[in-house]
Amino acid sequence: MRKINTAIIEEKIYNLAMRSGVNLTPSCKAALKEACENESGAAKFALSTLLENSRIAVEENMPVCQDTGLAVVMLEIGQQVFLEGKPIGQAVNEGVRRAYRDGYFRKSVCDPITRENTSDNTPAVLHTEIVEGDKIAITFLPKGFGSENMSKMYMLKPSQGVDGIVEAIIETVRCAGSRPCPPVYVGVGIGGSFDYCAYLAKRALTREVGAHNPRKEIADIEKRALDGINKLEIGCQGFGGNTTALGVSCEYAPTHIAGLPVAVNIQCHCVRCEKEII
Amino acid sequence: MKKICLPLSKEDIKNLSAGDSVSLSGIILTARDCAHKRIFELLKNNEKLPFEIKDAVIYYAGPCPSKPDAASGSCGPTTSARMEGFAPTLLDLGLTAIIGKGEMNAEVQAALKRNTGVYFAAIGGAGALYGKAIKSCECIAFEDLLSEAVYRLEIKDFPVVVAYDCYGNSIY
Repeated sequence: MRKINTAIIEEKIYNLAMRSGVNLTPSCKAALKEACENESGAAKFALSTLLENSRIAVEENMPVCQDTGLAVVMLEIGQQVFLEGKPIGQAVNEGVRRAYRDGYFRKSVCDPITRENTSDNTPAVLHTEIVEGDKIAITFLPKGFGSENMSKMYMLKPSQGVDGIVEAIIETVRCAGSRPCPPVYVGVGIGGSFDYCAYLAKRALTREVGAHNPRKEIADIEKRALDGINKLEIGCQGFGGNTTALGVSCEYAPTHIAGLPVAVNIQCHCVRCEKEII
Repeated sequence: MKKICLPLSKEDIKNLSAGDSVSLSGIILTARDCAHKRIFELLKNNEKLPFEIKDAVIYYAGPCPSKPDAASGSCGPTTSARMEGFAPTLLDLGLTAIIGKGEMNAEVQAALKRNTGVYFAAIGGAGALYGKAIKSCECIAFEDLLSEAVYRLEIKDFPVVVAYDCYGNSIY
């Protein structure tokens, strides 16, 4: 048994949130750089503006994008951990609240009916998983909604198979067009139930851009889908070219014999994701 | 890159073609989802708008809060498609240009053509860069909407691309 006070989690969330608002992940930055070298015209202008923007954000310590997102937090909690202190949800929200205030981040959370802003960017969306061990893995993903709005959920027929999965991914990006701030990063959930599939898609977005699923059949889906997406010629900001997506990342889970759920979660080119293990 | 000082004249707009890179300087107003809803409630009730729409430029954006020593926080564009139900009416009332990101529908393109207007695409995600190009920022309406309020921005060397010109051409 290892005791961890939730005040430590609050502090970690605060630090991860502060960093993630300002910094693109290194793999995202590298992918943008590579895309910029390979494009021309208005798309190249947009990509070089984005690289310049990420430099300014770090230099000035200001949000890389004004949409500092809905805070998505994933905690993998080792079953030998004993949590003490304030309730974990409260600790996470307190970390978010302080970071969005001190970082001069935009408060983008509101009531879904009245649209009244909660004024402090809480509550965060908190996913917890109980795993082996005595550690806690924290992932902080500030999720912008220009891209979130373009995400789709498919309940395919089992007979549609791999081709159906690949087509669903490409179709989602095609429908999104220029609106989600391409080049996008595409997180895909395959299998599970309706709800778990969507979670897997979000989870897939926490993987480094360019890394593939260790299972070959899944990695092949990622490669085929990316290839198809980049033939759509939507390009950076919809200005054309060969870079509509920076990557496709899939996670999977066993599903029911009658179904094949596929969730496609779109992330804009501002991939911001910070992780820490305590 | 073409340099343009706002407000835009009809002549300026006629000289712009889809795909042109343009650097804007002058005054623009922010308005996004909730602000548009309020503007349309006022119009519906024949009430006066809290700012002049004629010859104005609207930027679909909601800035981050400003640090004490900065004119503005990060302030890139939001997705324009959500405002396409509102844009034609405002263009008919004299709005000269829209700045946002991503495609808008055929009604908006028709309204731009009919009114000799222009739709500029700012580079989505470049919030820090645009924040630095804002020299002053003042809330002029609907303050309770926080980042969704209407802000009057003074911009300098603000990079955009002509997405829809007044002749019906599109970059998309």
